[in-house]
Amino acid sequence: MAEKYKVDKDLVRMEIVDFTFPEKEYRTSRHDTVLPYNWALGPTWTRFFDGLKEGKILGTRCKKCNKVLVPARTFCPICYEDMQEWIELPQEGSIETWCLVNYKYYGQVKEPPYIIAQIHLDKADCSLTHFIGGFNLSDPDKVRGKMKTVSRVKAVWSKEKHGDIYDIAHFKPV
Amino acid sequence: MGRAVAVIGTGQTKHGRRDDLSYPDLVREAVKKVFEDAGITPRDVDGVVYGSMPSMMEGVAYNHFYFADALRVVGKPLLRTETCGSTGQSVAHTAIHWVASGMADVILAIASEKENEGDAQATMMTILEPFLQVVIGGAPIAFSLQSREWMGYYHIDDAKAREAASIVSVDSHDGGLANPLAHIRVKLSKEDITNAPIITYPVRFYDVCPISDGACAVIFASEEKAKKICKKPAWVKGIGFRGEEYFIGDSSKAVWQSTIEASKEAYKEAGITNPLKELDVAEVYNPFSYQELMFLECLGLCPPGEAPDYVIKGTFSPGGELPCDPSGGVLCTNPIGAAGLIRVAEAALQVTGKAGEHQVEGAKLALSHAMGGAMQFNGVTILGSEL
Repeated sequence: MAEKYKVDKDLVRMEIVDFTFPEKEYRTSRHDTVLPYNWALGPTWTRFFDGLKEGKILGTRCKKCNKVLVPARTFCPICYEDMQEWIELPQEGSIETWCLVNYKYYGQVKEPPYIIAQIHLDKADCSLTHFIGGFNLSDPDKVRGKMKTVSRVKAVWSKEKHGDIYDIAHFKPV
Repeated sequence: MGRAVAVIGTGQTKHGRRDDLSYPDLVREAVKKVFEDAGITPRDVDGVVYGSMPSMMEGVAYNHFYFADALRVVGKPLLRTETCGSTGQSVAHTAIHWVASGMADVILAIASEKENEGDAQATMMTILEPFLQVVIGGAPIAFSLQSREWMGYYHIDDAKAREAASIVSVDSHDGGLANPLAHIRVKLSKEDITNAPIITYPVRFYDVCPISDGACAVIFASEEKAKKICKKPAWVKGIGFRGEEYFIGDSSKAVWQSTIEASKEAYKEAGITNPLKELDVAEVYNPFSYQELMFLECLGLCPPGEAPDYVIKGTFSPGGELPCDPSGGVLCTNPIGAAGLIRVAEAALQVTGKAGEHQVEGAKLALSHAMGGAMQFNGVTILGSEL
């Protein structure tokens, strides 16, 4: 299955390599569906991504419960109040949880191995989902040993920014 | 909760790689069995509820249109419910609400999956919007993150969690061996599990559910109809369902509020105050062995942070105080859309003494459970042998 897919650098998604209809197999009928979507981000997420392009991680604060959430939100999921106060968050935080991804599948955003983590940025009241990187990930046992010593991480920015979540390349151990 | 509701019949396909049948024929296999089991005909049914995974997994939009004939829905009302992994519980709850409300007397609930025909992980990637949280896509990632969060929160030692997860996997696979309809039927040792390749650390190959095809059908009926039609109905004692925020980092997944609150609601309705003592068997949704440990705590079956201790001392093993997943659970059979309804069907088989080789002797009160969404939903249904 892994050989069927490759990461398309422009799309930052894994795409099907053999996107042609193969010979029909007896007893089966092959069909692929590829559909285009163009998502409106709305003013809040547009500003959040503009912030990333400028090297800033932006959150918003709920005027009722005072919580700061990142990625920025238009409204508080609990209070349902508008969240109009913008906060630039520190680019350092603590790891809440992590996982080493060691296998390949369609739609993945990066060639494995990579680490996904929940990162609790200082001054935020939630965790942000992103990559941990900046060291060798090829040996799972070594990664586990290394991660046991890591608690604080810091954002590393991509060389080229496109105003998307991958403008942060990953978070590296401090 | 409205009128009393009972399960008066269940039907499951043989689960596994079912490329011997087309998808409608697979659904029909379960539907034929449920009518045979209940001893009624489609004429006796007032309405149909159906659910599966999202269209992106099915390869056809709204597969209930495609299955209309197999679902016996011609001339009847049809509702569709889906909540990803918890779809089966949602389908059961929809049917229960329908009967409990008095708007219908007999409802056919069906859920199915032909997981081998699409790409399960690719579908999981489409459950998250593609620009903020998509990096977390893929079931093993989300649930490994959750397991680590849980281990970190309660300072559970890696080796102890590993041992407990291995026991969950051994017990489930023993269950699968005793269940002729299960997909995976192999005898495994603890060593087989701890030596298996890593999928997403700490999760190894035998900690993960298979990709299964299968369908499940359950008929729910009002008290009056159930007593008339069925010698030994399984009574719905309580149900609970809870959702939570979309962003995974917004709330703790180690102390999973939607599981805790859904089960509390079901226990309250069932009049259960000590679930570990009062329940006789539990069909806990366990696509990952580590996740079952966390569920045992969040379902209130053991104190928070102590699931590994309880599992290691055999509380949830066959012959223990509360045997879990005697059917083999999701670890042995995972047609995702159907998996939550299979839990309900298995609970019904247990409390009516019809579970055959994997029967828990004398079971009278059973819990069934499933979770779904982007780690967002939990549903619980409790069935009992007495009204």
